[in-house]
Amino acid sequence: MIESLPARVNADAALVRRGRFVQTTFLLAVGPQDWLVTVDGGRIVGVLKGPFVMPRWTFALRAPAEAWERFWAAQPPPGFHDVFALIKRRLLTAEGDLHPFMSNLFYFKGVLASLREGGRP
Amino acid sequence: MSPRFEPVVGRYLHIDLNGQPHRLYVEQAGEGIPLLCLHTAGADTRQYRAVMNDPEILRSFQVTAFDLPWHGKSSPPAGWHELEEYRLTAQAYVDTIVAVADALGLHRPVAMGCSIGGRIVLHLALEHPEKFRAVVGLQAGAHVDPYYDTQWLHRPDVHGGEVCAGVVSGLIGPAASDADRWETLWHYMQSGPGVFKGDLHFYKVDGDIRGRLAEIDARRCAVYLLTGEYDYSCTPEDTLEAAARIPGARATIMKGLGHFPMSESPADFLTHLRPVLSEIQASR
Repeated sequence: MIESLPARVNADAALVRRGRFVQTTFLLAVGPQDWLVTVDGGRIVGVLKGPFVMPRWTFALRAPAEAWERFWAAQPPPGFHDVFALIKRRLLTAEGDLHPFMSNLFYFKGVLASLREGGRP
Repeated sequence: MSPRFEPVVGRYLHIDLNGQPHRLYVEQAGEGIPLLCLHTAGADTRQYRAVMNDPEILRSFQVTAFDLPWHGKSSPPAGWHELEEYRLTAQAYVDTIVAVADALGLHRPVAMGCSIGGRIVLHLALEHPEKFRAVVGLQAGAHVDPYYDTQWLHRPDVHGGEVCAGVVSGLIGPAASDADRWETLWHYMQSGPGVFKGDLHFYKVDGDIRGRLAEIDARRCAVYLLTGEYDYSCTPEDTLEAAARIPGARATIMKGLGHFPMSESPADFLTHLRPVLSEIQASR
């Protein structure tokens, strides 16, 4: 599913525009599975599946697979419906240089929510 | 064709708070039992636009809402630029609400507040039960554990409006329409630098009322708590726990709603609020 990120995000003109100043690579950990996602001007230009030997990223978002599964449900239950809800429940950790993440919160929330069931392919 | 005005009238009130002159923005509508509405952190009175336009409520209640100093159309006091930072304390918050209610001549109003406003009405019920006939706490809990670094909310290299709205966007429930969701977020986008963060000082640090809930006497000042089920800041569990510790308090969990019920889903919210106001009216 994570492989579909470029198709889902890049087809959403409003989301790409929201991220037009974003230039970064972040790590997305779904349980033990790591992914490196590269963003260039709001477009997702790279998705690499781990494991990695020497990964290089600006910030990392890590949560158990079950937490992401509920987050990505078409209608996520209360407490699993937002990245910050997962943080509040101590299920998601955000680490590294969070500046790109926090200064483009709407963009990254949109990128992650694009993976919801029923979202763009 | 005559202009289509709402029944809401906005005026500026001059008042001394903490020994300093202030110019506060106040909105009023309706006639009857005074109902004083308190906005959330980093927002303003526009959140109560639906309550202030509900014909049924306006027939029996005189609804008042004001922008706290630093918020909305209420400026900070002169000299604000020399302060290291703005920080809301429980004492200043209580004093401001009581001073405004007195200045406006509101006789034993119902105080209704959301989030920080939901917390402060518990302080009002505790400290000033003689001044308020009832309190309605929306998204009210006794305490919130910090769960993110609030430094991000106020630094020149991160857009304050974008980050404040981005942080709270998930607190809105799925029942909200796009129009109401994004208007609610717009209020957050317009907050002055550091104001949301300064309000959270009250919410997460200074306003902790966990140890004193049992001292609130809901027979002297009735306590109603209404919380949206999608709120992860003040969760339904937080509200139910607070209600269980305040003898006589009543709690309702609102399906599909989040942290800003009056603003994110006004019609749904009013279905929960009207019965509470009817009960208050019947017990006058």
